[in-house]
Amino acid sequence: MINVLWDIARHPSGRVGLTIVTVFVIAALVAELGLTPYDPLEQDRIARLQGPSGVHLFGTDLFGRDVLSRLMIGVSQSFTVSFLSVGAATLAGTVLGLTAAWYGGLWDGIVMRCMDVFLAFPAILLALLIIAVVGPGGWTSILAIAIVYTPIFTRVVRGPALSLKQRDFVDAARTFGSSRGYILTRHLALNIVAPLSVQITLALAWALVTEAGLSFLGLGTQPPHASLGLMLADARNLMELAPWLLLVPAIALMFAVLGFNLLGDALRDILDPKTRKALA
Amino acid sequence: MTALLSVRDLRVGFGARPEENTVVHGVSFDLAPGETLAIVGESGSGKSVTAMSLNRLVDFGGGSVLGGRIDFADADGTVTDLAQADEHVLERVRGRQIGMIFQEAMTSLNPVLSIGAQIEEIFRLQHGLGRAAAKEAARAALERVRIPDAERRLSYAPHQLSGGMQQRVMIAIALASNPRLLIADEPTTALDVTIQAQIMGLLSQMKQETGTGLIFITHDIGLVAGFADRIMVMQNGEVVEQGDLDLVLDRPQHPYTRHLLEAVPHFSDGKSARSDHATGPAAVKPRALTVEDLTVRFPVKSGPLRRRSGNVHAVEGVSFDLFKGETLGIVGESGSGKSTTARAILELVRPTRGRISAGRTVDGETTKPVQMVFQNPNASLNPRLTVGQLLAEPLIAIGHKVDRLARDRMAALIDRVGLPNDALARYPHEFSGGQRQRLCIARALVLNPSILVLDEAVSALDVSVQARVLDLLMDLQHEFALSYLFVSHDMAVVERIAHRIAVIYAGSIVEIGKTAEVLAAPKHSYTKQLISAVPSIHRRRHAFSVDTRSVPSLIRPLDWEPDPAPWVRLNEHHMYRQEA
Repeated sequence: MINVLWDIARHPSGRVGLTIVTVFVIAALVAELGLTPYDPLEQDRIARLQGPSGVHLFGTDLFGRDVLSRLMIGVSQSFTVSFLSVGAATLAGTVLGLTAAWYGGLWDGIVMRCMDVFLAFPAILLALLIIAVVGPGGWTSILAIAIVYTPIFTRVVRGPALSLKQRDFVDAARTFGSSRGYILTRHLALNIVAPLSVQITLALAWALVTEAGLSFLGLGTQPPHASLGLMLADARNLMELAPWLLLVPAIALMFAVLGFNLLGDALRDILDPKTRKALA
Repeated sequence: MTALLSVRDLRVGFGARPEENTVVHGVSFDLAPGETLAIVGESGSGKSVTAMSLNRLVDFGGGSVLGGRIDFADADGTVTDLAQADEHVLERVRGRQIGMIFQEAMTSLNPVLSIGAQIEEIFRLQHGLGRAAAKEAARAALERVRIPDAERRLSYAPHQLSGGMQQRVMIAIALASNPRLLIADEPTTALDVTIQAQIMGLLSQMKQETGTGLIFITHDIGLVAGFADRIMVMQNGEVVEQGDLDLVLDRPQHPYTRHLLEAVPHFSDGKSARSDHATGPAAVKPRALTVEDLTVRFPVKSGPLRRRSGNVHAVEGVSFDLFKGETLGIVGESGSGKSTTARAILELVRPTRGRISAGRTVDGETTKPVQMVFQNPNASLNPRLTVGQLLAEPLIAIGHKVDRLARDRMAALIDRVGLPNDALARYPHEFSGGQRQRLCIARALVLNPSILVLDEAVSALDVSVQARVLDLLMDLQHEFALSYLFVSHDMAVVERIAHRIAVIYAGSIVEIGKTAEVLAAPKHSYTKQLISAVPSIHRRRHAFSVDTRSVPSLIRPLDWEPDPAPWVRLNEHHMYRQEA
């Protein structure tokens, strides 16, 4: 793990990605500790729609709330949703993919056809459908995004698992009488960590965009709480009057997605033995 | 007669600055028409690069010829220096004047074109023949390489042919333009010995018929003994010794040549078989493993409903005893069912029929009396686990705790197989191929088994490493009173380690007996064919016969039951199947 971090730090685009993501995570942690410059929910009727200045770095919104503070807590909210949903999708996808590859037959058929059905829907549409059934809210968007991205993880895990299953070390394990759980975790899952970690980083970027989309449509985080998508939605009507309200969360979202993508690209280079040699 | 090819001080380098990355340092040799030169060396010795430089194929692999001359005599006597020639000249030389055969025939053939189309193309392009004439020439070319039923095979795609057939097609393609020089780069390494003998026989017949000069590259010095006129031994990009075949083999001057000759087990018709196992009457000898009427069939499904239409009879009625402390060698070609037999004993495939009973270990503690060592140590060790975790797995599997005692045993085993003490904390990729196979052996011994099944256990190792692992196996056998079931296609290795040999052909044992007896006086025709095909430094200028008989198909209709031929018993141990 430490080695991988060290390799990312030496990778040209990995370094940029790691820096961006670290800055966002620190900002989110600070916000969670309640250390934002202002209370993100506190309204100041006098200081409405003020431009960026020394007092309010990114200005204030329609209700006089500090945009920097709202951005920090919004990033925290967006990141929490995407980390939890991608985590859940990874877990579900890994279990489904591993068991589908291992048992094959009917179970494989059922799992993979279900995944095909999910994959046939555009991500946002499927999430909308799920929210329409369960009702809007923070936990719902986590569930919706997790379900949307599970098929991708199932596919990413099943492919390598199918080929690992045929490898001699799995046969060797069977000759010792190793348990199914041991083989699935130690011999299959452990060898899928590399492609999986690349997929996780990339999925985090997509999940951020999906979460922003859901909140923008009013189906994710509910006001008065802040999230990147909600801030964009609030700023939409004030675009000409107070452009910073739109620019600040939009640029933040762009950088966050860029950071995760760069990190994913770097991980792919580092974990692929072929390019690894070229980098060294 | 003037030389066909005369190479002087050839130097070849790779990369952007080839001077700093030279892999061939000043190689010189001559080749007369109709002569065979064998270039022998281990991987990385520069033997392939030398050969690829002759027709400058090395240019496409990022290499460049740095200096020296490659004088190649044309049919009309003009001499061209290929080291200086431009691409235009080289294009006329490649294929037409210098043909080439590679190790993997399948990758050199176009998978979507029929083999007929691929051979016809050469006749049309290089000899300017019309469609019908080219087809006729292609058929003749296939017949020349002894492919039976050539007319029909013209329309086959490469994947429909066996490995040996594919290599023959490659030879037909290489010979189609009547080259003056043929370069064969390990053409038989991926093939079975009997197929190898056929290819070797074919090449020497072709050479006699056409007077083509031949450069044969190999790592196996025994293989060229039956075949080459001269030998050139290479190490680290330099020629360490070259000369006439007998001179090099009988009076090697350079220590590396001597090392190559000594390190490799040489086949000697049973003369070097082991004699360390007590040969008492079979009836009273304790058995470690008894296999009775083992039959493994795999279903063949066909039709839109995937209905079961037949069976692949992979293993058919195999019975044998493995006595305590002895090694039984199971030899046969790929697809003969020897590995399936091993896997059935390990319960990796489910037998259709038959009984396998393994005796318990003396202390009765182990529940897994049979353990296995696989062919490829790279593939049989999970790369993400440390050696300690790998060795602990069998213990965890039977519900043992990995305590101090277990760790001490693991450390002792690591030490016993000759690995460094700190090995337990390291990962498999930190070890060499031979060391990894030692690891696999240590892992197989963790549970204190009484029987080891060794499936081609030394085949993937370099020749000099092979010998040391075999020695280790024999030492361990004495120390732990182990019984080995040694599955291999390599007769020289089996001769060295096995007390008894079972020859398996098309899923059935056709001959079984003491190693020395079976190898010295084989009775079954297949055993004879197999033994005569094994190359050895003792078999000089051996006339490998070209046998076009093919292995019978193992796919049978659903209700087909074999009618096994009766055994003919020569003595207590040696018996063989009667032939019609």
